[in-house]
Amino acid sequence: MNAWANIKAIMKRELGGYFTSPIAYVFLVIFLLLTGFFTFTVGNFFERGDASLVSFFTWHPWLYLFLVPAVGMRLWSEERRLGTLELLLTLPITTWQAIVGKFLASWLFLALALALTFPVIITVNWLGNPDNGVILAGYVGSLLLAGAYLAISCMTSAMTRNQVISFILSVMICLFLILAGYTPVTDLLTRFANPIVTQIVAAFSVMTHFEGFQRGVLDARDVIFFASVIGFALFTTGLIIRNQRAG
Amino acid sequence: MIKVENLTKAFGPNLAVNNVSFSVARGEVLGFLGPNGAGKSTSMRMITGFIPPTAGSITVGGYDVVETPIPAKRLMGYLPENAPGYADMTVRGFLHFIAELRGLKGGARRAAVNRAVELCFLDAVLYQTIDTLSKGYKHRTCLAQALIHDPDVLILDEPTDGLDPNQKHEVRNLIKRMGANKAIVFSTHILEEVEAVCSRVIIIDRGRIVANGTPAELKARSETAGAVHLRARGPSAVLHERLSRVPGAARVEIISESQNGVEARVYPAPSATATLTRSVAELAAREGWQLDEIHTEEGRLDEVFRTITLPDTVKAAA
Repeated sequence: MNAWANIKAIMKRELGGYFTSPIAYVFLVIFLLLTGFFTFTVGNFFERGDASLVSFFTWHPWLYLFLVPAVGMRLWSEERRLGTLELLLTLPITTWQAIVGKFLASWLFLALALALTFPVIITVNWLGNPDNGVILAGYVGSLLLAGAYLAISCMTSAMTRNQVISFILSVMICLFLILAGYTPVTDLLTRFANPIVTQIVAAFSVMTHFEGFQRGVLDARDVIFFASVIGFALFTTGLIIRNQRAG
Repeated sequence: MIKVENLTKAFGPNLAVNNVSFSVARGEVLGFLGPNGAGKSTSMRMITGFIPPTAGSITVGGYDVVETPIPAKRLMGYLPENAPGYADMTVRGFLHFIAELRGLKGGARRAAVNRAVELCFLDAVLYQTIDTLSKGYKHRTCLAQALIHDPDVLILDEPTDGLDPNQKHEVRNLIKRMGANKAIVFSTHILEEVEAVCSRVIIIDRGRIVANGTPAELKARSETAGAVHLRARGPSAVLHERLSRVPGAARVEIISESQNGVEARVYPAPSATATLTRSVAELAAREGWQLDEIHTEEGRLDEVFRTITLPDTVKAAA
């Protein structure tokens, strides 16, 4: 009960931090513009003649690659730069509560950004008869994907007080998670390696696990994959913070 | 309330804090003195549980800071060095946030925030964001944060840093007032502050405690403690000669010589401190000197500080 109160207090502050600075508004506008651009122009939404949001969700792993680290990069590096880390960690809360609170706040913010893409649902429903269950699964997958990237950004943010370094590091890690299962890469890999190796590598990719959601399949293994990426990254964040304090 | 035993912190091969032990009871204000880099902030960070010690133990109100950090942290208020604060929050929002994490709710939280605002004179900047504050206000905001839950133990790292003389005075009075029923540890560079506020002083140098006592005890260790300072008219050579023969005088120093007279200091022999002033006054009366000023010196803390910490610093530089 007490733990949840602390997490909530930290979430509230963190979310407030997004909206009192221009970050939130800049992010929301850019996110919505880019999703629109990729869906309708690059993704040929209209030319497909298909009542689905495939062209919308396909681009999410790439879009999030840059946008999610931009949201997550400040989580811990800002605390270290301002020196408020010392304040936060000498308050009667555990490091876990702080980590979870910060993560949930940013995730909630990304969920809000995602929710604001609702006009595409209206559009596709107005134009045709899409399977809204598939669309819902796509949104769930997209949110989990964003959470996984965010947890990784959270981890790299704890490593350094420099937000730029934190941003680049998390983009690199997330890019690896995409490429491991990106078709051109897996095709290349099968030429050199055993198909089992290729499969194992691809199993680490967010692409492999995001695919099911796009087709409307809620597979427990995919959910577990994203949940474990989040869990692992947040756990590592805790270790990094503990090690830094130990000096 | 605070008990520190054999506290040691190593950063790689360097011992930032080396086997430090002390305790602070309720009603005590402990001044932490030392040159820059002596290990003051590191010690405070360990006491507040921000960094774990390499060796040794710290208990606050009976709770071990490493083993049971949460109840120990509940008892403490902490003002870190450089008074950090969330740049984009208003002073009011920031204090509410801290109060919330301190477990204060509803009316109690509002009352606590108002009290802290009043104590630290923050009314004027309540709705300003922290990054727009002057250094003095920023510092007081962080101090207010430390006081918000009226803690039993206060750890203040340079609480008067960056304040103007009036504010310094206010904060000193505040610390002194609160010291009556709390255990307070504060670090400073300003020696007069220690004399004004502390009931006990610890001087720490290169990680070790080099002195521990009341301000008066430490001052008594000064070379000039018990010396007689006087200003009189007359040729300095005669004054010097006569003063040297006063019983109990170890040495006479002529500080300055001008149209206004000669300023001299008579250092006492180890045993004769108590009677020296009287002896000098009697001599002046016998000789018929025109005496403008005479007083016994209490000793000076800065002098003690220098003699204790300087040799090491010089050694380190060499």
